[in-house]
Amino acid sequence: MFSNFVNQFWPATVDGLSLGAIYALVALGYTMVYGVLRLINFAHSEIFMIGTVAALFTVTKIGVSAPLAGFSLLGMLVLLAVVSAVVSGGAAVVLEYVAYRPLRRRGASRLAALISAIGASLFLQQLFALTVIPRLFDRPQEGGRLPVQSPNWVERSDAISIGDFVVRNDKLLIVIAAVLMMLGLDQFVRRTKLGRGIRATAQDPETAVLMGVNIDRIVTATFAIGGAMAGVAAALYLMRFESTNYFVGFLLGIKAFTAAVLGGIGNLRGALVGGFLLGLIELYGSVLFGSEWRDVVAFSVLVLVLMFRPSGILGESLQRARA
Amino acid sequence: MRRAFPRGLVAAAAASALVLSACGNSDDNGGGGDSGGSQPASVKLGFMGDLTGENSGIVIPPKNGAQMAIDEYNATNPATKIELKTYDSQGVPEQATALAQQALNTDKIVGLIGPAFSGESQQVGPILEEGEIPSISASATNATLAEKGWKYWHRILPGDRIQGTGIGEFISRAFTAKKVFVIHDNQDYSKGIADFVTAALKDKGVTVETDVIDPKASDYSSTVNKVKPANADAIFYGGYYAQAGPLLKQLREAGVKTRFLSGDGSLDAGLAKGAGGTNADGAVVGCPCLVDPTGVSNEASKKFSEAYKAKYKTAPAIYSAEGYDAASAFIAAIKAGKTTPKDINTFLSTLDQPGVTKQIKFGPNGEPAGGDVFVYLFKGPNYTLLGNSKDAKVG
Repeated sequence: MFSNFVNQFWPATVDGLSLGAIYALVALGYTMVYGVLRLINFAHSEIFMIGTVAALFTVTKIGVSAPLAGFSLLGMLVLLAVVSAVVSGGAAVVLEYVAYRPLRRRGASRLAALISAIGASLFLQQLFALTVIPRLFDRPQEGGRLPVQSPNWVERSDAISIGDFVVRNDKLLIVIAAVLMMLGLDQFVRRTKLGRGIRATAQDPETAVLMGVNIDRIVTATFAIGGAMAGVAAALYLMRFESTNYFVGFLLGIKAFTAAVLGGIGNLRGALVGGFLLGLIELYGSVLFGSEWRDVVAFSVLVLVLMFRPSGILGESLQRARA
Repeated sequence: MRRAFPRGLVAAAAASALVLSACGNSDDNGGGGDSGGSQPASVKLGFMGDLTGENSGIVIPPKNGAQMAIDEYNATNPATKIELKTYDSQGVPEQATALAQQALNTDKIVGLIGPAFSGESQQVGPILEEGEIPSISASATNATLAEKGWKYWHRILPGDRIQGTGIGEFISRAFTAKKVFVIHDNQDYSKGIADFVTAALKDKGVTVETDVIDPKASDYSSTVNKVKPANADAIFYGGYYAQAGPLLKQLREAGVKTRFLSGDGSLDAGLAKGAGGTNADGAVVGCPCLVDPTGVSNEASKKFSEAYKAKYKTAPAIYSAEGYDAASAFIAAIKAGKTTPKDINTFLSTLDQPGVTKQIKFGPNGEPAGGDVFVYLFKGPNYTLLGNSKDAKVG
């Protein structure tokens, strides 16, 4: 068992980090919306799914004839990230308008918003399975419930190779992109006017209104940013797996939400820490106990952490983030 | 983790929504079969399976095969014509049981081709047993179905025990394997066939390592990391092509070049699609079914393929010949003047005639007498028949 751990340590670490990076980016959406509205946006997993579909559609339409490497791969990735960030961000804003804003206006309880979130999640999944995916990819025969593949567009090669420590280019890109996005977002929330508005609303919505903050605009911005992060995650996901399906957000959404809680929900840096940690625990757990124990190990660790630190590892929330 | 609970509800709600939205829509031709007299002018056979759902791709071909056999028979102007009624269970056991009641009580079928899948067969079996209606499935391969002591149940192709053993022996023979890595996704079918393959391999003195993937996840890197240093001579995956494709893709992208094998759940062009590029080239998939669109294996298969292509404008696919053979067994009974379910069932136990895929002959437990497993080789977007697992060679 432990000899396995020794000789699979580096591959497991690399895969854990690249998986965790995607968790972290999706977790940002959960954590931001929670920080501002105290709402668990369960339909966020579908925002991610929409992003993967948008990226897949784009790469199919562009029609890549041979796998890309080097700068053309990077360029394609940036293009896909922009497209799916716009689509996912837009979808998140529409979601907020349709599923949450009417409830908020009428002062509905948070539980009602939660049910609305679950409803929206189911609605989007089935909508994509029944009409959007079959139409977008012209699959009247197979329907929308089977996975859709993109052409092979990623040339995979080893970017770093030092003895046992081998990192493939796509995995490296995922980790770098996630950390960069995270740093950018962190600075944005700390330094810009909109970021200050987000923090103010998270801290005390009523006082924020008195200080001239337009809450509706802040909420829209929060959903847009969270959605855009999920869109970037979707583009990275597509680079790694070159395939998606209508159900892709489900398990990944649960994991990302878990990562958000693990790091401290409402805390941006917590999402990154939680994501990387969850990815690593999953991979180390499967090396030690077998892949079927992957989720058992991950969730056991989550329970243990929450027992001793109920507010997550970093705990501190968006509202108290210092300027 | 209280908050995560509603996600469980989501899954439950999704499942029930699927069941609700999937209301049965068997086509009602409103044909009334006269049941008076010793030789009725027509009788009804049923076909049950997933005709519009997720897995309809492997149920429509056997339906077409059965329909073809019946059309050919009706064209000869026999004393008793056969009408085929379809029951779209969508593979959902609850729906299948309701349709079985309808078939028994309202439509008064004399025999059923199907149910297509093992899960629905488990539920429908007792109903048919009680109603004394003979059934022949063209695709349900779960091993336990033959162990229930059902008197009216049959299948036209051998079950997973025979398939798994056949594939296991093939791996040790054709690749002179000393070490094999067996992966499955813990679903009933997948674990079952992986266990039979493992047992057969161990019988031959082959070392087996195992790992399990989660069919709902898309990242199989932990499994890939285990396969890589194992240096096995072959990899066997028990499961369906929807997971087999991505798994194979991730293995190849990680530089694992080991021969990849799987069972009938992966015998679909979707495997090559999911694996992407040329990753599936050289993958070998076993199946107790005979898919032989070019008719290389025997004369009957050639004739069948040509007729099928002429009728449906597409090559025969998985289980279409089995559907044809299942219908042929019923036709033989009706030709012999057996038009009541009981007489047909008695006739089936004595039947021994050549079919497209094999000699049609049932053992007392309803299993086919012959137990051939065929192996197929993937190349490009599709697969071709290599031959019988007992003597096939991989080039």
